[in-house]
Amino acid sequence: MSKVFVTYNSIISPLGFDSEMVARNIKNKVSGISLVEDKNRFHKPFYGSVINQDLLNSHFRKLNNSEDYTTLEKMMLLCLNDVITNSGIKIDESVGLIISTTKGNIDALDDENPFPKSHAYLSRLGQVLKDYFSFQSQPTILSNACVSGLLAVATAKKFIEEGLYKSVLIVSGDLVSKFVLSGFNAFQAMSNAPCKPYSKDRNGINLGEAIASVLVTSNEKFLNETTVEILGEATCNDANHISGPSRTGEGLYRSVKTAIQEAEIEANNINYISAHGTATIFNDEMEAIAFHRLGLTHTPLNSLKGYFGHTLGSSALVETIVGMHSLNQNILFTSKGFTTLGVSKPLQIIEQIEKKDLNIFLKTASGFGGCNTAMLFKKVAN
Amino acid sequence: MISLNGNTLFENKSEEFSTLIKSAYKDLDINYPKFFKMDNLSKLAFICADILINNSAKNESNIAIVLSNRASSLDTDRTFQKSISDIENHYPSPSIFVYTLPNICIGEISIKHQLYSENSFFIFDAFSPKELWVYAENLLKTNKAEKVLCGWVDFDENDYEAFLYIVENEGQIHHTINEIDRLYHTQ
Repeated sequence: MSKVFVTYNSIISPLGFDSEMVARNIKNKVSGISLVEDKNRFHKPFYGSVINQDLLNSHFRKLNNSEDYTTLEKMMLLCLNDVITNSGIKIDESVGLIISTTKGNIDALDDENPFPKSHAYLSRLGQVLKDYFSFQSQPTILSNACVSGLLAVATAKKFIEEGLYKSVLIVSGDLVSKFVLSGFNAFQAMSNAPCKPYSKDRNGINLGEAIASVLVTSNEKFLNETTVEILGEATCNDANHISGPSRTGEGLYRSVKTAIQEAEIEANNINYISAHGTATIFNDEMEAIAFHRLGLTHTPLNSLKGYFGHTLGSSALVETIVGMHSLNQNILFTSKGFTTLGVSKPLQIIEQIEKKDLNIFLKTASGFGGCNTAMLFKKVAN
Repeated sequence: MISLNGNTLFENKSEEFSTLIKSAYKDLDINYPKFFKMDNLSKLAFICADILINNSAKNESNIAIVLSNRASSLDTDRTFQKSISDIENHYPSPSIFVYTLPNICIGEISIKHQLYSENSFFIFDAFSPKELWVYAENLLKTNKAEKVLCGWVDFDENDYEAFLYIVENEGQIHHTINEIDRLYHTQ
């Protein structure tokens, strides 16, 4: 099968409105997380990483003056537009579109939202993006909890390998809405401070907003300095619990193992792990057990949740893009929020930014429903 | 009505989902108390998957699950939204919130049948066999699955519909987009 690459990319987040700016802020250890006091979002203050509405609107007005788009749609249009413009890709029938989201326009279900409740149907997002950019193929919407962003890349790879499309554009995004805030709060999963992945004193997640977009392609004319090749990938279920991670890390273990097999590499060829690291007690411990079983406890690892919060259906794609920039710059980014190791296995958490020759990185994600996805990326030398 | 390979397995005059699915559960002799905690979408997917898997698979098969629908988890989303709309009456339940993701039904099937397998959930405006076909073909070709449980499972207001099928390397019906479409429309 032909090689499949992840190439042009963009991120919209409180850390910037393009991925270079976001990577620069991460290099400088700047976090997007702050105390949010906004009664429209939640009845009490919370720590989260949210995109400023006025800033979004001023960026969006440069693209389009229409008032017909929801907040999420504006962010997705901006982000996808960035990738389409920068890559110069011509949108014809050989180009597919995948939208990764868990909840889409879920805010439309709120009585106070000005948009009709029917906007909460996820296919609405597909229609909006298809019409705006004149896609000639039917958009695929992927909604598979918090692995969605990475599973979207795996799906694009499958579509390309089977000849359905030559290139696939992906855009991912979720809102920090009253809906998800209430849900995670009811789960008692939200931290009362900026999150601390893998630390002894971690006590939960921060929710965040970040939109990501990438071009996945087999066409080598689209290669650029951040391009990576997909070496292998797999998704495995824990078959254990719908909302709690497996105590043995079974699904994550199996997904990484299968991805390594497909990549035809050894575990010690992996230079860096961009892990999920939500900073809940059980998730981080589960990951430590899985990485220990895989012999990866000496591989440098970070969680980027300390910069973005947990951006749900977008998180794994946002973090993949940052990993691509990490490889390109040969820099390991600090795992922000880390204090002292608070998991039962000795993970190699990146505590200080470090210059290092990087070639291959592993991205992992886990989510409700017991799903786990792993993917291996290799730098494409220019 | 529930049918398997064109033969009616279960029929109930009741149009109401909760009555129908409960009597199907009893009639099909599924002894699995967790079933009663599931939301409507999961109940629907779970029963259909249970029939198919029990009918076709040996133990310990690597069966991937690739499902799709139109309404995602909106049926449960609306229930959860009601519980948070009024700040004076704000009692969101974690056990409802967890079902506000469409792929939870895949988790339920995986737990029951101990499937540590590939899974994915897609949303389309209407049944779309092309993407399911591509995904299943790729999983079989790359040996990531021995079988793939695919289909459409939708629950929205009072309308519901499930059409599931298993794809594997040997069988009587060719795995083509046209065949999947034909089977969907003749059910």
